Amino acid sequence: MRIPEKFRELKKRNEGALIAYICAGDPTAEGTKEYVTALVRGGADIIELGLPFSDPVADGPTIQAGIERALAAGMTPDIYFKMVRSLKVHIPLVVMTYYNLIFKRGLERFVVDCSASGISGIIVPDLPAEESGELAGLCEKNDIDLIFLVAPTTTESRMKQILTRGTGFIYLVARLGVTGARSDIAGSTSELIQRVKTNTPKAVGFGISNGRQAAEIISAGADGVIVGSAFVDIIASGNDVPRRLEALARELKYGIKMAPE
Amino acid sequence: MKQEQRSTKFGKYGGQFVPEVLMPVLEELTEEYEKYKDDPVFNEELDYYLRDFAGRPSPLYYAKQLSREYGVKIYLKREDLVHGGAHKLNNTLGQALLTRYMGKKRIIAETGAGQHGTACAMAGAAFGITTEVYMGAKDTVRQRMNVYRMELMGTKVIPVKSGSQTLKDAINEAMRNWVANVETTHYLIGSVVGPHPYPTMVRDFQSVIGKEVRKQIMEKEGRFPDSIVACTGGGSNAMGIFHPFIDDDVDLFAVEAGGSGMKTTDKEALHSATLCAGEDGVLHGARTKVLQNKYGQILESSSIAAGLDYAGVGPELAYLADIGRIKPRYSLDAEALEAFHDLCRLEGIIPALESSHAVAYVKKAAGSGELGDVVVINISGRGDKDLETVLGMNK
Repeated sequence: MRIPEKFRELKKRNEGALIAYICAGDPTAEGTKEYVTALVRGGADIIELGLPFSDPVADGPTIQAGIERALAAGMTPDIYFKMVRSLKVHIPLVVMTYYNLIFKRGLERFVVDCSASGISGIIVPDLPAEESGELAGLCEKNDIDLIFLVAPTTTESRMKQILTRGTGFIYLVARLGVTGARSDIAGSTSELIQRVKTNTPKAVGFGISNGRQAAEIISAGADGVIVGSAFVDIIASGNDVPRRLEALARELKYGIKMAPE
Repeated sequence: MKQEQRSTKFGKYGGQFVPEVLMPVLEELTEEYEKYKDDPVFNEELDYYLRDFAGRPSPLYYAKQLSREYGVKIYLKREDLVHGGAHKLNNTLGQALLTRYMGKKRIIAETGAGQHGTACAMAGAAFGITTEVYMGAKDTVRQRMNVYRMELMGTKVIPVKSGSQTLKDAINEAMRNWVANVETTHYLIGSVVGPHPYPTMVRDFQSVIGKEVRKQIMEKEGRFPDSIVACTGGGSNAMGIFHPFIDDDVDLFAVEAGGSGMKTTDKEALHSATLCAGEDGVLHGARTKVLQNKYGQILESSSIAAGLDYAGVGPELAYLADIGRIKPRYSLDAEALEAFHDLCRLEGIIPALESSHAVAYVKKAAGSGELGDVVVINISGRGDKDLETVLGMNK
C-alpha cells in the first residue's frame, strides 16, 4: 500500500496515523516478522523498518543498541529485502537507513529492491535535501516516497526546499536532539507544526512514548505520530515482547483516536 | 545557491551528509568562518597565540645522521616541539578563537587516545571557554594519564559507555550533544574530516605548518624540496604541510597505517590505509574513501598508532589522490616501529608512532629515487605518549 493512500483512508475516518519504528533483525529476522505482525494488530498504520548501519549518528543510545544487536545477529541489506518480501501486511512499509548503505548498493538497485519487496517509502536521516537529487529522481520513477525531516532549527529557505522535494509525509523532529523516549513534549512542537505549510501529511517523531503524548501531538495539528525508542526498549527487554508491543501500539493509537480537536 | 553548493566539495568528495538538525548550524559556521578567516584582527590574535602560547614557528631541522643512514637529504618539520607535543594545537587554537568570535560559550570534542582532547583542553583553558571532551569509557581507562592531563586544565572528560565504548561511540555522543545544544556550543573536530566547512577550516588552520616550511627550506636550501612526506589518518598534519605546496613542483606522499598487513575481513581491516585500500562511501558527514564491507558497513580499522586508526580520511585527500596530486603509500606497524628507533637513536628525537610511519616510508623509498634528493618529513608529534606501546611491542 502506498503512503498517500493510507493517509487518505485515515483522513476519511478523521484519524491520525501511528507510525511505528523497529530495527530489522533485532534480535533476529524471524523476531522482526513476529513484531511487525504484533504492531499491526495493535493498530500501527505505517511501519518504519530500520536497516541497520554500523555508525548510526542520528540515533540515540536506545536505537543504537538495537542496531548493534541486529548487526551482531547478522542482518544485511540482502537478508532485509528478503525478509520484507515475506511479510504479509497490508499497510505501508518504510525503510529507514543511512546513506552509505544505499550508496554502496547503488542508488538505482536500492530503490528497485525497495519497490520489488513492497516498500513504499525511504527515510535517510543523514541525507539533506541538497544531496538528494539523484535518489529523489529514482524514487519518483519507481513510485517510492522519499521522506525528509524538518527540525525546529530548519530555516525558512531550507524548509521550502524540503517541502518541494519531500513526498509521503514530512517527518517533524519534535525537539533538538536525537531519537529517545522522553517524558514530556516540547512547546516548540506545535510551533513547528504551524511553520510547516504543506498539503503533505505531517508526522511528528523523537521523544514520544505514551498515549497522552500522542494525543497532544495530534491535537497540536499533526497528521501522524512516530514512535521508535519506546518500542525498541520493549524489544531490548526480551520480556513478553509481542504482547507488550501490541499493547503499547494500542495505547498510542487510542490516544491518537481520542485526541481532542 | 548552486555555486555555494559546489564549494562544499572537492571534486565529488566532501559535502554535508548530516541530520537536518545540524544543517543550519553548519551554514552558520560556514558563514562565520568565511567572515573571520581573512579578518586582520582575528588573524593577529591567532598569530599571537600560535607564537607566544604554542611556540611557533616550529623548527625545520636538518637530520644529518638519518640522512646518511637512509641515503637522501632529510629535513624534519618539528611539530613535536609545538606546545602539547603535536600539531593538534594549531587547529584547536584556531577553532577555539573562532568559538569566541562567534559568541559561543562552550566547546565539545571527541577524543580517542586523548591527543585531540588534550589540545582542546589547552586551547579551552587559554581562552577561558568551557570545554567538555567525550571519550570512550574503555579509552578513559587505557589513557588514564591523558584524562588526568585534560582534567588538570579544567576540561570535563565524559566517559561514553554506549556501544564499543571507544572513539566511534565518543563521536556519536558528541554529535548528539551538539545537536541538543547547537545554540551555545561549538563542536571542535580535530581533523580534516566531517561535513563542510570542517575539512577546509581545519586544513587552513593547519596550513601554518606548510607556510613555515616554504620559508624555512628556502633559507636552508635555496629551493623547494623534491618531496614532502606526512603520515595520514584523518589527514590534518598531511593537509597542513601539503596545502601551501599544492601548486608547486613538489611530490606529496601521504603515508597511511598498514597495520599488521593489508588484509580485511567482513568486519575489520588489519590496517587503516583508507586512501590505499578504501572505496567511495559516506562517513561522518562527508563523501570520501572509507574502509567498508560489501554492504557499506564501516570496518573496524587497526594500527599501532592510535592517531592513524580511522576508517575514513579527509575528503580533500581522497580528491587529491584521485587526480594524482598526492601519492598514497603505507607503512606497516613493524616498519614504523623500526623507524621510530632509528630516529631516537640517530637524532635524539623521539617521534610519535604516527609520524614514524612517514619516516618509515622514507627509509623504504629513498633508494628507489622516488623521493628525489631533498625530502621534508612532517614529524607531527612527539612519542613520549607511545613509550608503553613501544615497550610492549619490543617484548
